[in-house]
Amino acid sequence: MSEKQVTRRNFLYVTTGAFAAAGAASLAWPFVDQMNPDASVKALASTEIDLRPIIPGQSITVMWRGKPVFIRRRTQAEIDDAKKVNLADLPHPEADSDRAQNPEWLVMVGICTHLGCVPLGQKGDYNGWFCPCHGSHYDTSGRIRKGPAPTNLEIPDYVFLNETTIKIG
Amino acid sequence: MSENYAPKSAVGRWFNDRLPLLNLIYGHLLPYPTPKNLNYWWTFGGILTFCLVTQIITGLVLAMHYVADADLAFASVEHIMRDVNYGWLLRYIHANGASLFFMAVYIHMARSLFYGSYKEPRELIWIIGVFIFLLMIATAFMGYVLPWGQMSFWGATVITNLFSAIPLVGESVTNWLWGGYAVGSPLLTRFFTLHYLMPFLIFALVILHVWALHVPGNNNPEGINVVQGSQDTVPFHPHYVVKDMFALVVFLVVFAGFVFFVPNLLGHTDNYIEANPLQTPEHIVPEWYFLPFYAILRSVPDKLGGVILMVSAIAILAFLPWLDTSKVRSAKYRPLYRQFVWLFFANVILLGYLGAQTADGLFLIIGRIATAYYFAHFIIILPLLGYIEKTKPLPKSLSEPVLSPEERQMKAAASGASA
Repeated sequence: MSEKQVTRRNFLYVTTGAFAAAGAASLAWPFVDQMNPDASVKALASTEIDLRPIIPGQSITVMWRGKPVFIRRRTQAEIDDAKKVNLADLPHPEADSDRAQNPEWLVMVGICTHLGCVPLGQKGDYNGWFCPCHGSHYDTSGRIRKGPAPTNLEIPDYVFLNETTIKIG
Repeated sequence: MSENYAPKSAVGRWFNDRLPLLNLIYGHLLPYPTPKNLNYWWTFGGILTFCLVTQIITGLVLAMHYVADADLAFASVEHIMRDVNYGWLLRYIHANGASLFFMAVYIHMARSLFYGSYKEPRELIWIIGVFIFLLMIATAFMGYVLPWGQMSFWGATVITNLFSAIPLVGESVTNWLWGGYAVGSPLLTRFFTLHYLMPFLIFALVILHVWALHVPGNNNPEGINVVQGSQDTVPFHPHYVVKDMFALVVFLVVFAGFVFFVPNLLGHTDNYIEANPLQTPEHIVPEWYFLPFYAILRSVPDKLGGVILMVSAIAILAFLPWLDTSKVRSAKYRPLYRQFVWLFFANVILLGYLGAQTADGLFLIIGRIATAYYFAHFIIILPLLGYIEKTKPLPKSLSEPVLSPEERQMKAAASGASA
């Protein structure tokens, strides 16, 4: 009968255990967090690019946070193609105007949203981008149209500092 | 079996009285009673132990020359190949050793499937084995990343991106794995650390695997229980020590053939091009031993679904002892299972072939059927077979199937006379 009573000893036993568990858990965090992106990686978080050398129909690839970013100066035909698509037909519906601040310039992370390969430009069924790894087709706005990728190519945060310079990140 | 062992020398006795290590080794390696009918498919356990030790020793010396930094890794591997004394040999043994390790483990697992070695009372041996297999996969994948060639880099990219399929926290998890926003130096360094650690974890699990095996003793081709120490068993030494040694020598002939004549046959030429984060190779294919699982991943048009199915393909193995409802172990006495298990092996090989092809058109359709069949084998065929299959009568002992009816009569008469 006395065994079922909560004694001072039970209380001390449970609280000691709880403190030990909380201490161990908080000490584990530095061991987990050390693997997250460090200060030197985060310091490289933005890049400025001069757009003057790029002519219509030309793309460049720049590195931002260790990832390739495609900057394409689209032709009028490509812009028209991107605009006339019926949004209801898209697996991940996004209007072209929401993806390009200035319709002439398409800026997006050049990493396939399926498993991270770099898609090839001006290829595939929609004359946009085509990922050779598992066959995802993107259109001239970088939107997924066919294949296993779940979402459109990611648009990074960027601003036009002036007519001919953008800052990514 | 080993309690009454006493070392012959005085020093041995002094040591053994204080730490009975000799006792332990003696009991597990020398008189250990083993079924007398084990065939050559049972020699792969020893071969696998040899493979693990070979990988650890060659890996240890390679690590003395390798540099785990994205700017230096590729050059340090070339340095090993060209400058380090016998570096080419050590690296080729290590690289081909990984392939042969998997060849041996697949044969070892297939043997277990065919002869029902995973069944009661050996479930835990099998489950520990599944964990060893998982650790082998992780170790081999991380090791393949270390040379930092194009296949290393893009293989690492594709596989670490699998974690991005996790809902909500996927991106945080991949950034945590990478230590950045893409595959790079931090990932390479941590993969090297883990690649060095994991073989020792495998070694620890192998000890548990063998310990658990030595409780009920070996299964055998007839799949029946044998009484330890009866006429059905022979001492492990010299009978199986010699048989294992012979099999190992034959295995080493194949191993040496790869290392000295076709050291790059199982590799991919793209991995001799340094990693380039801006250019993905035309075809990304994993090492041959991952191809069946890669085919399963690609057969699903949905990212998360593909990842779940691929992980399930391995995880389902751990449940095999309960999915197989038949009490009869060996396929020798299961006329239906015998056919289905061969179909299963053929299907895995087909998946491996499809994993190396481009995933579209007819290949994709066949890949989906083969994936469905892989799972159907475990969750439909095996549970049902236990109920509908009419198994053949099992022999009472290992001696029975090899004796003719007359001999059996004589034996019975002789034992009757002595009794």
